[in-house]
Amino acid sequence: MDYSQFLAMKQEIGLLIVFLLVFLYDTFMPRSAGKQLPVFASVLMLIFTAACCFCPCLAGSESAFAGMYETSAVIAAIKNILNIGVVIVLIQSVKWANSEEMAPRRGEFYELLLVTLFGMYLMISARHFLLFVIGLESASLPLAAMVALDKNRYESSEAAIKYILTAVFSSAVFMMGLSFVYALSGSLYFQNIYLALTGQHSTMLVLALAFVISGVGFKLSLVPFHLWTADVYQGAPTSVTSYLSVISKGAAAFAFLVILCQAFGAVYANIWEWMLYALIILTITVGNLFAIRQRNMKRFLAFSSVSQAGYIMLGVIAFNAMGLAALMYYILVYIFSNLAAFGVIGAIENATGKVSMDDYRGLSKTNPRLSLCMMLAMFSLAGIPPFAGFFSKFFIFTGAINQGSVAIYVLVLIALINTIISLYYYLLVVKAMYIAEEAPVVETFKSSCGERIGLWITIAGIIGLGIVSCVYNFLLDTTATSAINAYFM
Amino acid sequence: MDITIPALILCLPLFMFLLLGIAGCKMSHKLAGWLGCLGMGTCLVLSYFTAFTYYFDPQFVAENGERIQHTVFNLTWLQFTDNLTINLGFLLDPISALMLVVITTISFMVHLYSLGYMEGEKGFQRYYAFLSLFSFSMLGLVVATNIFQMYIFWELVGASSYLLIGFYYTKHSAVSASKKAFIVTRFADLGFLIGILVLSYYTKTFDFIKMTSDPSWVLASTEGATFMGASVLTWALVLIFTGGMGKSAMMPLHIWLPDAMEGPTPVSALIHAATMVVAGVYLVARMFPVYMMEGAATMFIVVVGAATAFYAAMVACTQVDIKRVLAFSTISQIAFMMVSLGVASLGNGEVSHHGLGYMASMFHMFTHAMFKALLFLGAGALIHAVHSNDYTAMGGLRKYMPITHWTFLIGCLAIAGIPPFSGFFSKDEILSACYAWSPYIGMWMSMVAALTAFYMFRLYFLIFWWNNPDYGHHKPHEAPLPMAIPLVVLAAVSCVAGFIPFGHFVTWDRMPYDIHLDWTIAGTSIVVAVCAIALAWKMYCKENGLPAKFKNALPALWDWCYHRFYWDELYMFITHKIIFNGICRPIAWFDRHIIDGTMDAFATVTNKASYAIRGLQSGQVQMYVWVYLIGALLLAGFGVLCLIM
Repeated sequence: MDYSQFLAMKQEIGLLIVFLLVFLYDTFMPRSAGKQLPVFASVLMLIFTAACCFCPCLAGSESAFAGMYETSAVIAAIKNILNIGVVIVLIQSVKWANSEEMAPRRGEFYELLLVTLFGMYLMISARHFLLFVIGLESASLPLAAMVALDKNRYESSEAAIKYILTAVFSSAVFMMGLSFVYALSGSLYFQNIYLALTGQHSTMLVLALAFVISGVGFKLSLVPFHLWTADVYQGAPTSVTSYLSVISKGAAAFAFLVILCQAFGAVYANIWEWMLYALIILTITVGNLFAIRQRNMKRFLAFSSVSQAGYIMLGVIAFNAMGLAALMYYILVYIFSNLAAFGVIGAIENATGKVSMDDYRGLSKTNPRLSLCMMLAMFSLAGIPPFAGFFSKFFIFTGAINQGSVAIYVLVLIALINTIISLYYYLLVVKAMYIAEEAPVVETFKSSCGERIGLWITIAGIIGLGIVSCVYNFLLDTTATSAINAYFM
Repeated sequence: MDITIPALILCLPLFMFLLLGIAGCKMSHKLAGWLGCLGMGTCLVLSYFTAFTYYFDPQFVAENGERIQHTVFNLTWLQFTDNLTINLGFLLDPISALMLVVITTISFMVHLYSLGYMEGEKGFQRYYAFLSLFSFSMLGLVVATNIFQMYIFWELVGASSYLLIGFYYTKHSAVSASKKAFIVTRFADLGFLIGILVLSYYTKTFDFIKMTSDPSWVLASTEGATFMGASVLTWALVLIFTGGMGKSAMMPLHIWLPDAMEGPTPVSALIHAATMVVAGVYLVARMFPVYMMEGAATMFIVVVGAATAFYAAMVACTQVDIKRVLAFSTISQIAFMMVSLGVASLGNGEVSHHGLGYMASMFHMFTHAMFKALLFLGAGALIHAVHSNDYTAMGGLRKYMPITHWTFLIGCLAIAGIPPFSGFFSKDEILSACYAWSPYIGMWMSMVAALTAFYMFRLYFLIFWWNNPDYGHHKPHEAPLPMAIPLVVLAAVSCVAGFIPFGHFVTWDRMPYDIHLDWTIAGTSIVVAVCAIALAWKMYCKENGLPAKFKNALPALWDWCYHRFYWDELYMFITHKIIFNGICRPIAWFDRHIIDGTMDAFATVTNKASYAIRGLQSGQVQMYVWVYLIGALLLAGFGVLCLIM
């Protein structure tokens, strides 16, 4: 075996080192040093991310293990985007991780989180379904444990049991789909599947596609595979929820695109595009319709993230380089916007334990800065210019429209109408904070240092990413030259 | 050229705006004011350095003697297609370097002057923040590398002008003036935007250098496309000029400028005399090679300019408010520049005359900025002293305010075109260009020049001579030092600026050439100006009955001039009576009943649907899994359906 191929896995190895350091620190340092673990982990992750971002880009793509694993500039970029999100999550969760009841489980949070991130790396880089399933499972199962971290709270354990049951079920369906695929093509390599399925169509293939899509759709919480989302988001500790809502979703979206174009890209008449078409409409609309009724902020953001996943899928259905760039940009912007919202929610929850939208009434009077952050996050999520969310929506719509068919125009129109509905519920939060006449519920409080740094970063991202265009241009250049382009037609 | 200094020129004012805007309320007035001055002063030094380097460093001159257009940086900001991108950049060429100097000079003078003029005003820090915002936007406008960047900053300039006119936001007249200015210019900018879109649709570019270096290509790209009898290029250029008409207050879009005088006087000096209002001229100068290809559009410019120049001069002869007189004078002088650009681009076959009008226009823009800012700041000093805008409250002030008196006189002499003050040289070049194109337009503009000399000296004599009103115990006082320094500096510049060999620096083809004074034209205009001044002296030097007699002799003319030819009333009639009733009411009805109704129905349906499906989220895992499975199977069914179809 040629061990030099491990060199292609620089990012995975780096992450593994971070994991080991955190693990060793947690295991061997005295109890009294445990309080420094969150800062230690955040700084380590930050250094790792910075190192990844600034290391020279790959010129072409590298593969390892007989083509099971692949990495390239685009893949490195999406991993970096996830890393940035993880850094923010870690910074924001310092205070929560240092709380009294978390003391015995502090290390577990970090270890489990890094393991799931590792799993997502594998999902993104896998070019063989076996490796993909390993990634998928190691990104899913530890998450259940993370959801249950707050195990003394009834909701937390309920959420975990719901998550694990549905996750296991979805994995089973996904594997069923894979077995059909294997039966049809005789291989689990994406490349071989692509060749074997070129121009093919059969009922079995359609069934296989439906099962595979539903398996990944579960991670993305596409409707109708989304029902776990609200309960889990609500029950899980807020830091875990924010991780779940952005990082896990971002990784799944990218992996989804890779599977669909590299393994099933040549299927007759791209049947999966029509399936996706239906799923997108359902996801955006149903997510919005449920979000309107929510009063609990975490549940509300859960449904908002369901509908956002539908928008992300527009980048997949676009099926061109611009769609891919727009998808990555959308994920990046979504990370910043959603983490800003969760940052505020977490800060308020940590300080007062309140998570209902009614508790946000008059927040602008007692906590003007937090309200401002929340407002900017809502504006960005709703896609109001000049915030980054507007540009990410703009680019993802443009990418989809570039695909050119009439059906896509209709789809984009539906998505546009849905942004109006989403504007309504995002503004409900702003209304509660700024316009409501009632006496403020939440007292003035001082948020912790970590929460503040996290919010500063996210707000800088929300404002800056829209204006500083070089980020999107960089992504566009990277995708335009990447090997994945060969699969787009 | 290195990117640092040009980038700093743009970033410094922006940074000052953010600093003063965000942290200003925690600063003392003094600190905020001096910080603003410091920021602008640094910007001034950097701009002088940049302009100096550009004009005198041989690396910016090509081998054939042509000054090159240098793009310092040009970042892609928004990419629409491979060709059509919105860039943000910094273009250095003769006119942008000139404008850098003009803007930073005037802006710095105004910053300094405001320390005295605005002392103790509520919102002092906000005032300085807005001044910085304006300077930033104006600098961004002149260095734009493409027409869309110019449009972005064009709107920013409009917004900051709006904020500054409405600075005294508790005063009703100021609020309505700012609204008027915003709406009128915004309305004109709509034309500008459509023009940009039409032009870029055919040429597939926004870039100035691409368009102007080879204008025949622009002509070729719009070949054959016509709309309502005129070529598309004509339409595009006229529409772009409409934007310029709005900002530069050309008839009939001039109505906002006199009202804009409700803002603080230093603001009027900076924005509504020297910098923003010449943006329209600058725009035409920027696109000059393209305009040169298109006779119809330039003819339009000449006609609008000539009409505006005469109209504004007539009105200025009768106004009571000294700032209004200066405002109409500004309109008239800008119209001079427009006419000059227009005749330059039409030409009469001789190449030198192309250059002449363009050079003259830019020259006048430069000298006018200096002496008009001087006059406005002088007017500010007067208003500061007597607490009134009307000349009726002034008179005989030369004894109380010697510095203001002498500097104001220099300003008046410069604008009247008396040598050796700067206005003489630039105006003479404009008149030469006009005569070279057509003697009729030349004579017309000479007449306007005579009117200019008359109304300026009418104002001068009424303020500084005439008869003392009773000032009571409250004797007028000379301007404090921060206000006096800018007056003296600008007066000094107005004395010597005429001797700058302008043709060496700014010409349309960027090739240097020598200016020759045409003494027939210069001599005539001096005689005409002196006669006009003498007439003003006769009528207004000492209190007498001549003005009243004159008014009674031509009551109709006087009335029309005094009421600005009833333009405002005409606008009121058109908007209130015709547009509101004929267009707005039906639209409002449609909006309230049809659109709102549709939206309400939409909202109701959404809400109902949301209510109806809430049962799906039952909280039971068994249910979730069922929905999942059925969903997956339905998806497969849908796929099969697609397959069959």
